[in-house]
Amino acid sequence: MAQIPIITEAAATTPSPKAITLRIARYNPQHDSAKKFMEFIIPYEKWTTVLEAILEVKKYFDHSVAVRYSCRQATCGSCGMIINGKPRLACFTKISELNSNVVTVEPMNNFPVIRDLAVKFERLFDTHHKVKPYLIRDDTEITTDSKEFLQSPEELEKYIQFSNCIKCGLCNSACPTMATDSSFVGPQALAQAYRYVADSRDKGKDTRLKIIDESHGIWRCHFAGSCSQVCPKGVDPAMGIQLLRGYMLGFRS
Amino acid sequence: MTNQDEHKEGIGGMINPRRYGIERVAYLLMRLSGLGLLAYFIGHIYETSTILKGQIGWNEFLELTQTTEGHIILAIVIAMCVFHTVNGIRVMLGHGGVGVGKPTRPDYPYIPASQNVRHKIGIYSAIILAAIAMMYGLAVMFGE
Amino acid sequence: MRESIIMKIHYGTALAAIALVAVHILIRLTQGFSESLQYESVIANYKFLPYAGMLEIILILLSIHGFNGLRVILLELKQGRAYEKAVSYGCVAAMIALITYGTRTIIMVNTGTG
Repeated sequence: MAQIPIITEAAATTPSPKAITLRIARYNPQHDSAKKFMEFIIPYEKWTTVLEAILEVKKYFDHSVAVRYSCRQATCGSCGMIINGKPRLACFTKISELNSNVVTVEPMNNFPVIRDLAVKFERLFDTHHKVKPYLIRDDTEITTDSKEFLQSPEELEKYIQFSNCIKCGLCNSACPTMATDSSFVGPQALAQAYRYVADSRDKGKDTRLKIIDESHGIWRCHFAGSCSQVCPKGVDPAMGIQLLRGYMLGFRS
Repeated sequence: MTNQDEHKEGIGGMINPRRYGIERVAYLLMRLSGLGLLAYFIGHIYETSTILKGQIGWNEFLELTQTTEGHIILAIVIAMCVFHTVNGIRVMLGHGGVGVGKPTRPDYPYIPASQNVRHKIGIYSAIILAAIAMMYGLAVMFGE
Repeated sequence: MRESIIMKIHYGTALAAIALVAVHILIRLTQGFSESLQYESVIANYKFLPYAGMLEIILILLSIHGFNGLRVILLELKQGRAYEKAVSYGCVAAMIALITYGTRTIIMVNTGTG
């Protein structure tokens, strides 16, 4: 990477024991040739999140910092970013948990940068859509004699974990295959494929298995498990992918 | 779209073993040992073909490999072979969904069931067995 | 060929190779490592048909497994229609070349035409 110029803001203030240096990556692909970092001294409390620190910067120092956020409670999946080298949700990461006086925030890897910390999600949504993330069956149209699709608690347990996915993209950002493979379906979409294949109401197993059985499909997962380690909702995509592959290898039916 | 446009982490990110625990180390070692073993295998096929040159040709080539460096290389190959085998069996079982845990309602702090102790033991076993095999190989080669 | 079939072959060749390579190494060790590498000993091994047959099978199994592994790594490194085709055909060609070269050694020594 090219040399990174550092612009120091508010550096005159010596950080108190309850303050951190927040380093924010600034990059506009339309104007800048390389990423640069801006540093800000931000006071924090035990409960202060990284997102709150970034919003503090926007409020008092530089309003032009681009960041995507919405719910502030790990539900919308908007504020995924690289925090101190690892993909995390900014709203779900407390500064006090990081055990560092310097907090560096960068845009998520493996996603094209729009500006600063905001990235494009088109590819994630495309691959998510590709695995048909909906129930497939012939009788989905509601008729007068339609009944509920009954499901036992045991059947629900088989996929409920994977329906917690908020499409934040952290798994795709951590995945070693995604780091180099532009065509890989990715852990997010593969975990969602399992979520529907494991649903007792769904009849689209064969269709989905066919979709992911290609040269940049499920077989490019090597069970490194980084996706599961960064998932903020406990989805465990690595488990879903291996269980899904179990169907293809004949371990499951 | 270029790599920079896609903001891909690239090979540096792929091979970085420091951020995601022992599983990522195993991923890297699996790749490196695989490539190393393929290189050795090609060399071994060439090496054994010198038998066609008769006893003199064979002995000449054998002398090249029966050196300290040759023995060290072979010891590394033994380690790679054992690691690739043991970790490969672990990964293969994992790929079939064996030992990756059962889906359940996740609870905070969301420790992933697939990254469980069985797989960690598998990885450490692969590393330890590789080290033992390498030492045994060194003992056999330098002991004679 | 579907990727699932290729990968099943990948796993199958790995499992079969583990068993046969173990036998190959054990035979080397039981003969004594240095002694087993003596010219006469190696020739005798090649001339023993079951052993030569096992070497041929190991050659085929490891060539398939090794070059498919290389193909997977290369496919993940870079994408593009032409590149991916070149990688796939290149790996198949290299696999065939290695099997041919190794088979030539085995046959020539086994039949005494070398």
